[in-house]
Order: sequence, then C-alpha cells, then structure tokens
Amino acid sequence: MNTNWGPSTDVQDPALGTTIMAVAFDGGVVMGADSRTSTGTYVWNRVSDKITSVGDKIFVCRSGSAADTQAVVDVIRLYLQMHSLEIGKQPEVPTAANLLNQVCYSNKDNLMAGMICAGWDERNGGKVFSVPLGGGVFPHPFVIGGSGSGYIYGYVDSNFREGMSKAECQQFVKNAVSLAMWRDGSSGGVIRMVTITKDGVEKEMVSGQNLPHLAKGWCP
Amino acid sequence: ENSGTAVGIKCTDGIVVAVGKSQASKMLVAGSNRRVFGVDAHTGIAVTGYAADGRQVVNRAREEAQSYKDTYGHEIVPSVLNNRLSLFMHYFTMYGSLRPFGASAIIASYDQDLKMPELYMIDPSGSGYRFHACAAGKGSNAANTELEKLLNRCGDEGITTKDAVKELGRILHIIRDTSKEKPLELEMGWLCAESGFKHALVPKALVAEADEAGKAALAGATIAAAGGGGNGGGATTTTSTAAAEEKSAMEVEE
Repeated sequence: MNTNWGPSTDVQDPALGTTIMAVAFDGGVVMGADSRTSTGTYVWNRVSDKITSVGDKIFVCRSGSAADTQAVVDVIRLYLQMHSLEIGKQPEVPTAANLLNQVCYSNKDNLMAGMICAGWDERNGGKVFSVPLGGGVFPHPFVIGGSGSGYIYGYVDSNFREGMSKAECQQFVKNAVSLAMWRDGSSGGVIRMVTITKDGVEKEMVSGQNLPHLAKGWCP
Repeated sequence: ENSGTAVGIKCTDGIVVAVGKSQASKMLVAGSNRRVFGVDAHTGIAVTGYAADGRQVVNRAREEAQSYKDTYGHEIVPSVLNNRLSLFMHYFTMYGSLRPFGASAIIASYDQDLKMPELYMIDPSGSGYRFHACAAGKGSNAANTELEKLLNRCGDEGITTKDAVKELGRILHIIRDTSKEKPLELEMGWLCAESGFKHALVPKALVAEADEAGKAALAGATIAAAGGGGNGGGATTTTSTAAAEEKSAMEVEE
C-alpha cells in the first residue's frame, strides 16, 4: 500500500518482508521466522516477533502487512478463547486455521496477510496449516512463507523427510530460515523458533554467531 | 401423539438410543413414523411426545450443527449442541404468544478420536442434562428403574453396544401393559464401530433380535409370576411336611 504523500516517496506501511515456516513432527510442531520489519528500505524493527500465540498451544506465523496481520490475529485470539470456553476444552489447530480463513477470505479485498497456523492438540497431535493471501486452508507436513521463502524452496524440497525427530526439525528450520535471510533483503535479524509439544511450548532465539552459516564453504 | 417411550444408554464402545412406538393402526407402513434422526455424522436425536414438534427440534439441531461446522470447521461438540437446543426450547416457554414444544429430545453422540460417548436429554422446559442412561415419554418411570438396574448389573465395566441393543429392546417390551396397548414397533439408532462411528439406524436383523428377546422376556416374566405363586404354594407344603417330619423325628427321639 503506497500512501504517497510527504517529502519521501518510499515510505510505506510497515511490512513483514519475512521468512516464515512451520514443520510438523510426531508429537508436535516447530515454527520459525526471521525478525525484520521494514518500511520500504528502512528496517523498522530488527528484532520483531512474528510468531504470535492465539491459544496455549496454537501459534500463527505472520507475513504481509504488519498492521493487517496483527489485527487478524487479535480477532482470532478472541474467537478462539470464546470457543474454548464454550466447548470446555482446549481449542484444536484445525479450528484456529478455519477461523483464520473465515477472516482472511471474507476480508480478502482489504487485507494483505499470509499466515501459517500451527500447534498441537490432543485429537490431532502436531498440525501445520497454511492460510495464504486470498484465504483457503491447506494442511501440509511443512509450510514456508513470506518473501524469503522463494529462495529456499530448493533447500526444503531436497532436505525435508517424513518422520524427522524434534531436534532434526529444529535444525531444518534453523538452516532454512538462515539461508533465506542470507539472500532475501526483506528478511534478517535473528531467527525466532517456537517448538510446541504436548509437554509445553519452548521458545528459542538464534542470533549473530550462532546462526547456521551454510554458505561458509564459499563465502566467509 | 402419546408416542411411546424413548431410552438411551451410554456404552463403552458407542451409544444406543431406542424408541418404542405403538402401532396405531395396521394400515401404517412399518418404519414410516420415524422418531430417531441423524443430526450430523457423529450425532443423532430420538424424540418423544408430539412427533411434529419433535421434528422441528431436530431441524433446529441440524441447523445449529451445520452453522457450527461452517464457523469452526469441525463437528459440533455435544455439550454445545445440548446448550443450543436447550436455549432454543426454553425460548418458547418465555412468551405467552408461543407454546412450549410438546416433545423431549435425547441427544446421542460419540467422539471416536477421544472415545467419548455423550448422552443428553432435554425436556419441554428446556432443561438439558447429561446422562449415563435416560428415558423419556409415556413409560419413562418404569424405563428409568429398569435402566438403573441394568447399570448396576454392569457395574464399572459398562455395557457394549451389541448388548445394549438387546437390553433396550427388552426394557421397552417389559415396561408395557400388553393387555391395554397396541403392538410395539422398535426403532433404534446407534453410534459404534459397526456403524463406522456415524449415527445410523441399527440394522433390521439386530432390531428384530432385540424385539424377539423383548417378547421372550415378557413371556418369561409372566410365567415366572405364575410359577412364583405356584412355588410359594409348594414351599409352604414342603415346610409343613418338614415340620411334620421334625415332629415325628422328635417324637422318635423321645
């Protein structure tokens, strides 16, 4: 969206340029994202948290317009909480993904939000759903999204295997996001990771020297 | 309109509901006067009372289930359906221009992933409670007694759906006053492995078996009543002989 007023012409709405992804494994999910929020060429927040909770064990990765995705996630959180009270138990991941779709699809003309909804619930275990720009709900073993994802399709397609362990998934996510941050100008900062299992939620931040530097073979 | 008794029971591997319908006329085609309805794949409702009112309640239940699925993407949670339907039925008790529904609804549902059978019953006042087993309609008092006895017999192990089908058939037969009432037609619905965990009418063969078991139990009960009287008479004879023998024994000892 280009509100083209004022002296500088490249001022835009804060956008999550972004690399986001989520991977399901037996017993939970691993979600990862970069931390760059930019307005045009200016990095507005270099340590943003793009993985937002909508329930105790359900999180959403946000990409697109920062304002739009925050508004959408706030609505989902509200409806999911009320729903959880009504049914008397923890909400399920497909339900959250469905609610996300209802909002994104009905308001598709006014929103720019590409989301990945993932989490753990008792009936389904670890589940990952993608709710892209126009709406729709698509379950996958893993999903990548955001502008940086284009640079890593090769990597994820050749390296993903079914039946990876939690640790392997975490390494897979770290590698993928760091490769995207390496090439995509709109992605950068630190890697934020959230691992959700029936035992709880682990949050991790990988920054600076700890970032896997897979290009080190040819580039210092 | 006094459409007989409905019973429902929660089983270890599913849930069973049954309605005992009086065949008002021989002209009626068997199976036409439906009382057990599917609401969603995993839920069914049995109604008693005014059949037409019951059908409206079921319609509303189907609408609620559908709109819930559209919003949340999964099948309606039984406690929520109970709540919605109770609110609906209660609404009609609040305004003088409306009359309450002349029907009770028994909601049967089974969550196959979490292995949870849930049974609810809502009466015309709109009170819906969750039950282990419940009965509504004409013979509900007698049916409730029989159901309690059945649950006591089963104890902690509970009952399987196959056994429940037979037991419910038996109960619906023995609570009736056969001299006064028209012949009974059974209509049963269940949710279990054999129905693919979807609400379905119990297969005709099993219903027929339950019907036979019920009729046999009824016959057995009447014989026992007569036999009991006979035995009682016999018993008194035996004791008097024993007493006579004892007396003679004592006499001998003396």
